[in-house]
Amino acid sequence: MASQFGIGQPVRRSEDKRFLTGRGTYVDDINLPRQTHAVVVYSPHAHADIKSIDTSAAKSAPGVLLVLTGEDAQADGLGGYGQALMPEDVGGPPGFRTTRPVLATGRVRHVGERVALVIAETEEQARDAAELIEIDYAPLPATVLAEDAVKDGAPLVWDGAENNLCFPLMMGDADATEKAIASAHYVAKVHIYNNRLTTNPMEMRGTIGDYNRAMDEYTLYTSTQNPHGVRAEVAGHILHMHETKLRVIARDVGGGFGLKGGVFPEDALVVWAAGKLERPVKWVPSRSEAMILDDDGRDQTLDAEMAVDKDGKILAMRWIALNNLGAYVVGPGAVVPMFALGMSQGVYKIPTMLVATKAVFTNTPPTTPYRGAGRPEATYTIERLMDAAARGIGMDPAEIRKRNFIQPSEFPFETHTHQIYDSGDYATALDKCLELSDYKNFAKRRAESEKAGKKRGLGLSYYIDNTGIFNDRMELRFDPSGSLTIVAGTFSHGQGHETTYKQIASDLLGVPFEDIKLVQGDTAAVSFGRGTYASRSAHVGGSALKAAAEAVIESGKKFAGMMLEAGESDLEFVDGLYKVTGTDKAIPMTEVAKFAYIPAGPPSELGTGLEGVGNFATTMSSFPNGAHVCEVEIDPDTGKVVIDRFFAVDDMGNIINPLLVAGQIHGGIVQGVGQALLEDMVYDRESGQLLSGSFLDYAMPRADDVPSFQIGMSEVPSPSNPLGVKGAGEGGTVGATPTVINAIVDALESAGVTNMELPATPERVWRALSKAA
Amino acid sequence: MPQIRMTVNGKEVSGEVEGRTLLVQFLRDHLGLTGTHVGCDTTQCGACTVHVNGRAMKSCTLLAAHADGADVTTIEGLADGDTLHPMQEAFREHHALQCGFCTPGMVMSAIGLVKDNPKMSEKDVRHGLEGNICRCTGYHNIVEAILDAQTKMGA
Ligand code: FES
Ligand code: FES
Repeated sequence: MASQFGIGQPVRRSEDKRFLTGRGTYVDDINLPRQTHAVVVYSPHAHADIKSIDTSAAKSAPGVLLVLTGEDAQADGLGGYGQALMPEDVGGPPGFRTTRPVLATGRVRHVGERVALVIAETEEQARDAAELIEIDYAPLPATVLAEDAVKDGAPLVWDGAENNLCFPLMMGDADATEKAIASAHYVAKVHIYNNRLTTNPMEMRGTIGDYNRAMDEYTLYTSTQNPHGVRAEVAGHILHMHETKLRVIARDVGGGFGLKGGVFPEDALVVWAAGKLERPVKWVPSRSEAMILDDDGRDQTLDAEMAVDKDGKILAMRWIALNNLGAYVVGPGAVVPMFALGMSQGVYKIPTMLVATKAVFTNTPPTTPYRGAGRPEATYTIERLMDAAARGIGMDPAEIRKRNFIQPSEFPFETHTHQIYDSGDYATALDKCLELSDYKNFAKRRAESEKAGKKRGLGLSYYIDNTGIFNDRMELRFDPSGSLTIVAGTFSHGQGHETTYKQIASDLLGVPFEDIKLVQGDTAAVSFGRGTYASRSAHVGGSALKAAAEAVIESGKKFAGMMLEAGESDLEFVDGLYKVTGTDKAIPMTEVAKFAYIPAGPPSELGTGLEGVGNFATTMSSFPNGAHVCEVEIDPDTGKVVIDRFFAVDDMGNIINPLLVAGQIHGGIVQGVGQALLEDMVYDRESGQLLSGSFLDYAMPRADDVPSFQIGMSEVPSPSNPLGVKGAGEGGTVGATPTVINAIVDALESAGVTNMELPATPERVWRALSKAA
Repeated sequence: MPQIRMTVNGKEVSGEVEGRTLLVQFLRDHLGLTGTHVGCDTTQCGACTVHVNGRAMKSCTLLAAHADGADVTTIEGLADGDTLHPMQEAFREHHALQCGFCTPGMVMSAIGLVKDNPKMSEKDVRHGLEGNICRCTGYHNIVEAILDAQTKMGA
C-alpha cells in the first residue's frame, strides 16, 4: 500500500524520541534494589602459570560480599564457552577446540584473561578489594604475532595444538593456479597485514545478574545482540540449567558491530554470583577495562598474487594467509577465516584460484567477528590486487574491473569457493559511482593539489558482502483494541528495526504505523530468536515478518467471512481491507482484529484473537555489493592523509527505508576508514601487553577525520528472499578500507611507493615516502 | 562529606557527595538522570556532555563539588514538554543517531557549538565535534543536523 509509512519510504525513526530526550535504557542505567557491584580481576601476563591466589585480605576488606576464583567455578561444576561453528561442522578439516573458562585455573593465556571476581556493596569497595588479591604468577614465554606462532620452537599456547595450529583451510586448485601464474603476462603481488582492531561500541558491555529464590529464577540484563544466544550459553553450557530458568533481557544496546553477538565470561559470572548472594550483581567496565576484556577483530596476514594477461583479463589468483585467533577459538571466531576464504573471489570471473589460511593460536585475546567478519579481509585483498594488476599493465583501474566483472546474465553465479551469488549489476553501479565522483576530471583536481604541494590520489574498489544467515521467526499479535505488536526474534541495537519492521507490517496489513509496537530483547516475551548480526535482520527477520503477515491475513479471513457473511473463497485482502470480490462490501484488518476478540460468537476453530507466526530459513544468502571511489590529499612533509571526497553507489537490493540504509552506509564507511587510517590494536610482540588500551592510544575516527559522503543506489532485487532485500549493515565497512588505501598508493605511486600498510598513519606514510625517495 | 546544591534542569537539588564524586556520577547515581552517559575514562568521548552555567562541559572532568551552586542542564531538561529543542528535532529529522548512546552528549555539545558560533561552516562543525565520538553514524547526518539546527536556532 502506498503510504508515507510504507516500504521504501524515508520514515523518521519512532525510537528516536527516547534517545533524544535521555530516556534510553542501557545496562548502566538499570539499578536494582539491593544491587551489589562486581569487579573483574584479570591476568596482567600474556602467558603464565598461576602458582597461588590469596583472596583473604580482599575477603575481609570493607563492604566485600564475595570473592570468587576459578577453583570456585570448578567446584561448582561451571562449564565454559566453546565454538558456535568450526570448519569441520560444515565438512571442513578438523580443528583444535578450546573451552574458555569463566575464571582461569592453572594457566592464563592472554592479558585480560579473567582470574577472579570481587563483589562488594559499592563499586569503589570492590575496586579497592580487587587490589588486595595476591596472585603469584610464573610467567611463560608468549607468542603474539601469528607469523611468530607458526615458527618452529614458538611457545605453544595449547599443549596438543602443534605449531599453534587450530585449523587449516584451503579452497581452489593449487596445480592449475600455479601453472597459470607461472606462465602469466603479469603477476601482481601484495603483502597485507589486515590489522587487529577493537570494536569500541560507545556503550561498553555491561551485565547485571539477579536471582529470585521464591521462583528459583535468574535474570540477566546484558548489552547483547543476541539474547537467546546468551541464554543458551550461560544457562545451557556454563551453568548447566534449563534455559527457561534464565531470563535474558536486553533493553537499549549502544552499538554492537559483532562484538556483542558473542557471550563473555561476565555474563555468566554475574548470574552465578547473584545466585550465591541472592542479590543483584552489576558489572560495568570502564573503557580501559573494556578494551582489555573485549574480544578483538581482524588480524590476518597474507601474501597474495594475481595473474593477468595483457588485456587485463584475470588468469588466476592465489593467497596464503595466517589468521590470528588469539588464545581461544570462541563463539563465531572460526567464522571469520571461513568467510574470508568464502568471499575471496570478489565480483570477478577468475579461471582458477587458490586461497588458504592457517588459523593459529597466540597469547592474545580472542578475535571474533567485527563488522564484516572476513568479508573485509576478502574484499581488501582482491581490491588491492586489482589495483596492483592495473598499475602493472598500465590499465585504468575502472577498466580492468569492468573487463572481469561477473555479468548480470550469469546469476546465480557459483564461485570457486562455493558461494552462489544471487544477483547484481556491477558495471552499472560502478559507472554510476564514476559519474557521481566526476572520475573523468580527476587529473584536473590532481593538478590543483600539486600546485599546493599536495599529492592527490584516487582509489576505487568494488566490494561484495554476504548477508542473511540462518533462520528466524517473527510473531504478529493484535490486541483487543486493534493495535498490533511485532514480536521479533532479531534484536535491533541501533539499526532502527522498530521503524523498519513497523513499515513492513503497516504496509502489508494496512494497520496505521503509530498503532504498531515492537517487542524484542526479552527471552520471556520472545519465544525464540537468533538476534542481529551479519546484516541478517532485513533479509531473514523481514522475510519472516512477511510470512507472519500472510499468516495473519489468512487467519483473519475466517473472521472477516463471518463479519461480511461471505465464503472465504469470495474474499480478497487488498490495501488493508478484506473485500468481497466483485462487491463494495469491505472491512479493514483492524476491525476484523477487534472482532476476533469478542467473548462469544466465533466458533472454537477460529481461535480467540488474531495473530500469526512467520518463519524464514535462508537457503541462499544475499550479496550486497557496490562501488566506492575516494580521493585523498597527502601532505608529503607530514604524511598526513586527508580524505577529500568519498562516493559510494550500493546495490542493497530493495530498500525498506532509504534514510536508514544511508545511515548504515555512512557509519560503515567510517569504520572502514578507521581501519585504513587510524585504528590499530597493538600488543607488544614479546610480552603481549596491550599498547593501545585507551582512546588516547587507539585512534577512533572523529568528525574531522572524514568528509561528507555522496551516496547513490543501484538496486538489483535479490531473488533470495521474498522482500528482495540485501543486508545493508556491513557493505560500507567492507568497501571503504581498500578504497582509501588504493587512493593513498595512487597518490604516492609517482614517488615510487607501491604498497601501504594498515593503518596508513602519518608516520607510516611519511616513512614510505622517505624510503622511496 | 560535602553538601552541595545546584540547579539541575530548573530544579533546586542538593546532596552529600564524596570529594572524588564526579558531576556525571552525581547526575546519574544521585539524581537518577541517566541520560548523561559515560563512554570513556580519559575525557575523550563527550558522551557525558552537559551544560554548566550555559556552557557545554564534559561532566566526567568536573567534580560535583566544583559544580556547587551551578546551573546545570542535562539532556533530560532540553525539551519543552513534548516539544523537542530544535537541535533534538534536527537530529531526528536527519537520522543523526543510531544506537543513541553518544546522542545526549552530541546534542548538548552541538548546542554549545551553535551558541559559540552561530555561523558555522561544515568544517567548523566537524572541527567543533572533535571531543565527541560516535561509533555508529559516521558523523555525516550529525553534521547535517547541526547545520540545519543552526539555521533554525538563528531564525
Ligand atoms: S565520559 Fe566524559 S568524555 Fe568520555
Ligand atoms: S549513535 Fe551510536 S554511538 Fe553515536
